[in-house]
Amino acid sequence: MSRRGYIVLLLGLSCGLFGWRAAAQSGGELRFSIKSEPKSLDPMLADDDSAETVRYLTAGVLIRLNRQTQKLEPELATSWKVLSGGKSIAFELRKGVSFSDGTPFSAEDVAYTMRTLMDPNLHSPFADPFRSATGEVKVEIKNANAVTLQFPAPVANLEQLFDEVAIVSAKSLHRDVACLGPFVVAEHAAGASIVLRRNPNYWKHDASGKPLPYLDAVRLDIQQNRDLEMLRFRREEIQLINMIDPDAFDRLATDMPSAVHDAGPSFDTEQMWFNQVASAPIADYKKAWFRSQNFRRAISQAIDRGDMCRIAFGGHARPAAGLLSPANHFWFNQKLHAEETDLTGAMKRLADDGFHLEKDVLRDREGHAVEFSIITNAGNKVRERLAVMMQDDLSKIGIRLNVVTLDFPSLIERISHSFSYEACLLGLVNVDLDPSSQMNVWLSSASNHQWNPEEKSPATEWEAEIDKLMRAQASSTDNKKRKEYFDRVQEIVAEQAPFIYLVNKNALSAVSPSVRNAAPVVLRPQTYWNIDSLYLAPASAGGRP
Amino acid sequence: MKKVRIFSIVFLAIIFSAVLLADVVAPAPYAKQFREAPNAAPSMKHWLGTDDLGRDALSRLLYGSRVSLLLAPAAALVSTLIAACIGGLAGYLGGWYERVALAATDLSLSLPWLFLLLTVRALLPLNVAPLTSVTITFALLGVLGWSSSGRIICSGARAIREADFVLQAKALGCSPRRLFYRQVLPNLKPVLSAQFWTSIPIFIIAEANLGILGLGVAEPLPSWGNLLRGLENWPEVKASPWKLAPVVLLIAVVSCFQLVFQRREEIAS
Repeated sequence: MSRRGYIVLLLGLSCGLFGWRAAAQSGGELRFSIKSEPKSLDPMLADDDSAETVRYLTAGVLIRLNRQTQKLEPELATSWKVLSGGKSIAFELRKGVSFSDGTPFSAEDVAYTMRTLMDPNLHSPFADPFRSATGEVKVEIKNANAVTLQFPAPVANLEQLFDEVAIVSAKSLHRDVACLGPFVVAEHAAGASIVLRRNPNYWKHDASGKPLPYLDAVRLDIQQNRDLEMLRFRREEIQLINMIDPDAFDRLATDMPSAVHDAGPSFDTEQMWFNQVASAPIADYKKAWFRSQNFRRAISQAIDRGDMCRIAFGGHARPAAGLLSPANHFWFNQKLHAEETDLTGAMKRLADDGFHLEKDVLRDREGHAVEFSIITNAGNKVRERLAVMMQDDLSKIGIRLNVVTLDFPSLIERISHSFSYEACLLGLVNVDLDPSSQMNVWLSSASNHQWNPEEKSPATEWEAEIDKLMRAQASSTDNKKRKEYFDRVQEIVAEQAPFIYLVNKNALSAVSPSVRNAAPVVLRPQTYWNIDSLYLAPASAGGRP
Repeated sequence: MKKVRIFSIVFLAIIFSAVLLADVVAPAPYAKQFREAPNAAPSMKHWLGTDDLGRDALSRLLYGSRVSLLLAPAAALVSTLIAACIGGLAGYLGGWYERVALAATDLSLSLPWLFLLLTVRALLPLNVAPLTSVTITFALLGVLGWSSSGRIICSGARAIREADFVLQAKALGCSPRRLFYRQVLPNLKPVLSAQFWTSIPIFIIAEANLGILGLGVAEPLPSWGNLLRGLENWPEVKASPWKLAPVVLLIAVVSCFQLVFQRREEIAS
């Protein structure tokens, strides 16, 4: 073949390849399941998983937290500046952006959004973090593309809060559907599915100038049954599963190894705690055990977290070091390490409190055999396994643990109202990077301060110290100082073990090999955080020329 | 047929002996976790492999059989006796007693048992030993599970009450008490027996279902019920067919009981 022939062939091949790639990157309907009907499609009221999915896919935000790098990135705001020590924030807005119905986006929309969001009658869950003090939020529109928001008091982590604030249109005639995100709600069959179509006015383009998103549509099927969800994934009727339990993950890995993704330790923790409520209907001598730091630490030392990760989670978990997962790159206290199993150390701590072994039964100073029950939610196989493993571990130091599985409403009633329980094993789902989101757990007056909720005044010195540190970090805008405060909180929690952290389970997900550009991460939404750059391989795109 | 019956008796004898001598026969304590070998395949050390926590499956099957073979028939006996008293007398006496008894049965059948059981569980103390929890579970099943058997026994008793031989006995001046014990009860025995035997596997399965709601046998004590829960995961069972051992044993034991006691019924009638 002549040189000219080669060039023609190469040109032909490259055109073919680029042509194919361009076609592949456009079109297709991505399908996945949500577990329930969204309670509301209003992006300001999205407080359940399903509604948050719709909000993430349809809403435009000023600042986006990159789920992969855990860094803030400009979206509808090209730049921003936090002023007056966190009391105000000035945004420069992106020009030439329109809502899905063609209405131009401007500073007025940001002002309207903030006024609507902060309306106390709306009861938006996204407004609370902005309410650092009583008083109104002042909005100053400098020009069509510049706006400043002023709060009555400094707001911790102010910039990141805008990741969850969906900008709504002030002028659009179709205000309820007009949006700035990559997709727009097109069909909603209540209880069955929600179809989102590509937003033709979405402002983003890829590196080659091609408009995003690549996908034509996203179909969300409402499917509560996780087995059916898995079956549909295997049949390629859906292409993503966000969170899979370890057993299902391993089974899928055997059949479809290229579809499973283990992104490493997630933000979620599994933990146990003892009931320390003064009025709880349990024996006084047991209350004394549960209030003893030595007792709690001894239990923690007797538990084999490595075995839990290996057996209960099939290796898809890491021993937990504390209240934060190492996946939280900035806020995790690197000095902390998961408690090593140490039966001798555990017995020494117990001996310090007067506990002693009598014929393989641990007894307290007064001769009471150490026996307590642990409640957990029935039907959660992994958690039941953890409880039975703890039962076996504690039997080695002469403690009898009775495992009681309860239906979820009964369990919640016991831990929140009647306090008729001794110990509880549950998991905590963390969706936020910032420690301020955990104020409702760590303040002694908080309702989710599970070991002793809603204390009128801190019951112990260390709880008083945590209160002080949590308030200090929440009122500071200097992240370095905030980290110092929160590092100390993590150390106190590790020393005092009010929650005995067991494992951080891994973020497990499944993505069909037909989905391109997928890069599952630990932060939610793990699989579709980069929805605008996902596309389906040509064979799967289906029905698109 | 005789050979099959003899085989059934021998099989049941072996099972009962193994179950009663589980402390001696079982290769390991039922709660011992061999953590280095979870979900292991059958081997010389673990003849039926291990469960997901590394516990010896054969040992758990033996101890679990002991729990279920003693307590499920006990619960079935309680429920059949209650059903016989209420249903049998209703069918035999008829009239207002039958109407009241059937209304009570209908009421019992229409009650949302799941919620009732959840309420009962909420009232029970949390710190109960596994053996106590299993006894409570089967006692609840026995006391609450009579209604459907009661209806069947009632219709059986009604048919007997209207039978010619009962009319003849009445005409001959047979007292109601004698009539009940000599004519009605022996003729009801096949129905009672059938209800008893069909209740056993129902109670075993019910115990497994209750376990999902936290009402079953507490860990680490095994029972056929919680061993059967291990079969929820079908792909895993398909890959490890030895995990079907509890269900095979359940079917074999119930079938053998049927064969042995069916013959007794034939001889009695």
